[in-house]
Amino acid sequence: MQGDPDDLRSPRDSVHAQLFPRWSTLVARLALFALVLVPLGLLGMLMALQYTPYVTGQGITPDQPVPFSHEHHVGGLGIECRYCHGGVETSRFAGLPPTHTCMTCHSQLWTNAGMLAPVRQSLAEDRPIRWRRVNALPDYVYFDHSVHVRNGVGCTSCHGPVDSMPLMRQAAPLTMGWCLDCHRDPAPHLRPEAEIYAGHWMPPADQAARGAALLRHYGIRTAHLTDCSVCHR
Amino acid sequence: MRRAAILLLPLALVACRQEMAQQRRLDTEGRSSLWPDGAAARLPPAGTVARGALAREAAAATPPAVTPALLARGQERYGIFCAPCHGPVGDGDGMVPRRGFPRPPSYHSVRLRAAPAPYFFRVITQGYGVMYGYAARVAPADRWAIIAYIRALQLAQSAPLAAVPDAREHLP
Repeated sequence: MQGDPDDLRSPRDSVHAQLFPRWSTLVARLALFALVLVPLGLLGMLMALQYTPYVTGQGITPDQPVPFSHEHHVGGLGIECRYCHGGVETSRFAGLPPTHTCMTCHSQLWTNAGMLAPVRQSLAEDRPIRWRRVNALPDYVYFDHSVHVRNGVGCTSCHGPVDSMPLMRQAAPLTMGWCLDCHRDPAPHLRPEAEIYAGHWMPPADQAARGAALLRHYGIRTAHLTDCSVCHR
Repeated sequence: MRRAAILLLPLALVACRQEMAQQRRLDTEGRSSLWPDGAAARLPPAGTVARGALAREAAAATPPAVTPALLARGQERYGIFCAPCHGPVGDGDGMVPRRGFPRPPSYHSVRLRAAPAPYFFRVITQGYGVMYGYAARVAPADRWAIIAYIRALQLAQSAPLAAVPDAREHLP
């Protein structure tokens, strides 16, 4: 063997030393953590995504065949909810008005308005207007409007300030957690009978006492409000 | 070949459907391709009479006894269905006529003060002039309740002072 006598390392050793620099240990440790944390993080993001408006539809305003304004009809003219949504007190579905209801006024008002052409066409052809659903629940939820409005839950508690919405949007997330927020503790949301259809209702300062009294008034048994079969069958 | 198969894998995701959330059923006021009008809800065929409809109609012909509960119900229904045009006191000064709809006659006119209750019932049911019928929107029992409330409005607008002894103190 001839060469530098000071170099005590064999050529093989020097190759090994260059293959793994000192920081590679840190990288290997971080990689081990990432192996666990990255899938967990992705899973968490996927779960969090379910509560974003992107999935729940909260705040979304679907395009409608006629740009009907609740702000004008309810807020401006003072037409009550039940004038059009007549099924709300007696059935599961609040009901959309037949074209006949629209034409009660629009046979005389805005009779040539272009935006009302689909309404006149619907009446002439005897075909219902194809409104697009704003608040949709999954088919395995058996929501009933009548039981809510007859037990102290007002329209705007779920539908938002309808009388200030030029176009109808989904006001609430409509997630199961959101339903349960009220089903677990309904008293803060309960209204007296005369205020169910009020456009703007804010709980009064003494709502704690009123809510307890309203629970008794409506005969609401909170113990069973979160039973599965209340909403699912 | 294997690479092509991998590229096709995303197509398998298309097969994932929300069968629980969107069940194969017809929803209330939903759509259906079964009928030409595209609606799932059906109307009864022309000329059919629903079971019990004749009995209900006959029962609706007689006005119920006027009670405070009937008047309260009438006041509520009047507010929903009549007040937009006829106004809160029945003088025809509702918000809809203010926006251009032909103004309805006042309930306090001589003609309508003399009109019998069945006349109001017929007008609510069938409509009158430019007023559409409310048969589909106001149940017969509610029509009588509304008429009772209209009578209360008429009385309120033309009652003699002697009928409300306490009123004199509140008059200006």
